[in-house]
Amino acid sequence: MSEALKELGAQLELKRADCVLSWDVTHGELNVDVAPSNLVEFVEFLKSDRNCQFSSLVDITGVDYPERAKRFDVVYHFLSMYRNQRIRLRVSIREEDMVPSIVDVHPSANWFEREVFDMFGILFTGHPDLRRILTDYGFRGHPLRKDFPTTGYTEVRYDEAQKRVVYEPVSLVQEYRQFDFMSPWEGANYILPGDEKQE
Amino acid sequence: MDGSRYDDGSTDALSGEQKIRNFNINFGPQHPAAHGVLRLVLELDGEIVERCDPHIGLLHRGTEKLMESRTYLQNLPYFDRLDYVAPMNQEHAWCLAIEKLTGVEVPRRGSLIRVLYSEIGRILNHLLNVTTQAMDVGALTPPLWGFEEREKLMVFYERACGARLHAAYFRPGGVHQDLPPELLDDIESWSHEFPAVLDDIDGLLTENRIFKQRNADIGVVTEDDIQKYGFSGVMVRGSGLAWDLRRAQPYECYDEFEFQIPVGKNGDCYDRYLVRMEEMRQSLSIIQQAIAKIRDCPGDVLARGKITPPKRSDMKTSMESLIHHFKLYTEGFHVPAGEVYAAVEAPKGEFGVYLVADGTNKPYRAKLRAPGFLHLQAMDHVAGGHQLADVAAIIGTMDVVFGEIDR
Repeated sequence: MSEALKELGAQLELKRADCVLSWDVTHGELNVDVAPSNLVEFVEFLKSDRNCQFSSLVDITGVDYPERAKRFDVVYHFLSMYRNQRIRLRVSIREEDMVPSIVDVHPSANWFEREVFDMFGILFTGHPDLRRILTDYGFRGHPLRKDFPTTGYTEVRYDEAQKRVVYEPVSLVQEYRQFDFMSPWEGANYILPGDEKQE
Repeated sequence: MDGSRYDDGSTDALSGEQKIRNFNINFGPQHPAAHGVLRLVLELDGEIVERCDPHIGLLHRGTEKLMESRTYLQNLPYFDRLDYVAPMNQEHAWCLAIEKLTGVEVPRRGSLIRVLYSEIGRILNHLLNVTTQAMDVGALTPPLWGFEEREKLMVFYERACGARLHAAYFRPGGVHQDLPPELLDDIESWSHEFPAVLDDIDGLLTENRIFKQRNADIGVVTEDDIQKYGFSGVMVRGSGLAWDLRRAQPYECYDEFEFQIPVGKNGDCYDRYLVRMEEMRQSLSIIQQAIAKIRDCPGDVLARGKITPPKRSDMKTSMESLIHHFKLYTEGFHVPAGEVYAAVEAPKGEFGVYLVADGTNKPYRAKLRAPGFLHLQAMDHVAGGHQLADVAAIIGTMDVVFGEIDR
């Protein structure tokens, strides 16, 4: 399996040197890094090329790396039912960058791109209907960004007096707890509360 | 306009001619045929569906966000709550993803038990789907008969892990506990009784005139649609493509089981019903094979090591085991950095987990790829041009469950 994928990766690099930034096979999966500007063209190539036939889109998702200059990875998974292979494309973008939409090539990308927009705030150019999809009507923020708190900003409850559901800022009776279980003897190098007074 | 009648827009003010407008209706979120909290905004021309805009997210619980702040083991029960009709199949994908990254080998007995319970999950799902879809098109008896069998299967769930629904039974490295021999006997005797029930349901539905009229030639899916809309599972097999991950990309030990992959011919709702019925029979055969293999294969069900708890008896005598147990259930195990995609053939289609690990005890990012998400997305395409009543039949055979679509 891995051999076939390596062959495919080498072939892709040879045929589409302008699109493929780098590729590798890890855990028996083929990863290809692609430049955002060439994405649509490359996806179209993957779909139509006789040796690829990656005709079904499996998944589109994002990953947030706040410490990187190119903050987001948009990750595409494709499957070829005819050649029984999978491929993963990664596109790294800055926070303000936009990604070209692949809805024209794969109509199934529609909701996936809406979801990535909803969850990460990444804009897709050329998407026919870029609305929020999973979050509430009128929701603000992008929940899967790492700087978005797990508790969110608003909470809802039914108000007996107003006879309707009201939105209120989150008030926690107790601080949201993130436990730190790192073993002190396995090389943890964090600062204990109070240590900063030493200096 | 003389002022006595309000202007509802149906008459042209200048010429006085009647205008015909399309009619928009809200289907759901509280509709018994919507199989959960689905809101469809339908644009109707008479009784014909012109446009269908599904509004999802009413059951969104932020599972993926929550998973980022919990350990790998704490995340496992979230998977039961995705597709709550066949919970163990989802856990399976999570365990496979972790095992792929950590390189843990599941002992053979554990692997066989996983296959056994995955197939029980498949029957649980198909029983619910086939019978409630029949209810959507007007038959009331099948769900009553089907739920009786589901009840028996849930008892098997309960006897294996203590929970009827939210099992948390599959664990990274195997399954939580071994099965008692009596349970295997009972599952086997059930597997010999069940075909009779299946034949009963078959007799009620397969040649039923109303059922056929409501399902045949409704919601036809072609090979082109499958590729364009990324279908998987029965939506693919109903249209004649013998695509099954258990066969195409075998995981666990499915490659040593004998089973057929049923395919449909026309790709309509009726064929998908037939495929599901046959898949249940095939699952029964896998269950029987698995039971025979489990009996021949004594041994441990968990790969003892860093990511699994020590044996209870070891904890009584060994300090290291006790420490290991404590650390495992507080800190959790660490997964080496990397990214993997693990998919299983869940009853509804390809359920996948894309896991990005950063070497700590919590996943950096986990994306759950639900088959129903893509199936429901194609609703506009599949239901367009059909009558309003067919929408219920199509949603039924698409097999959508909002736990996994909304996550």
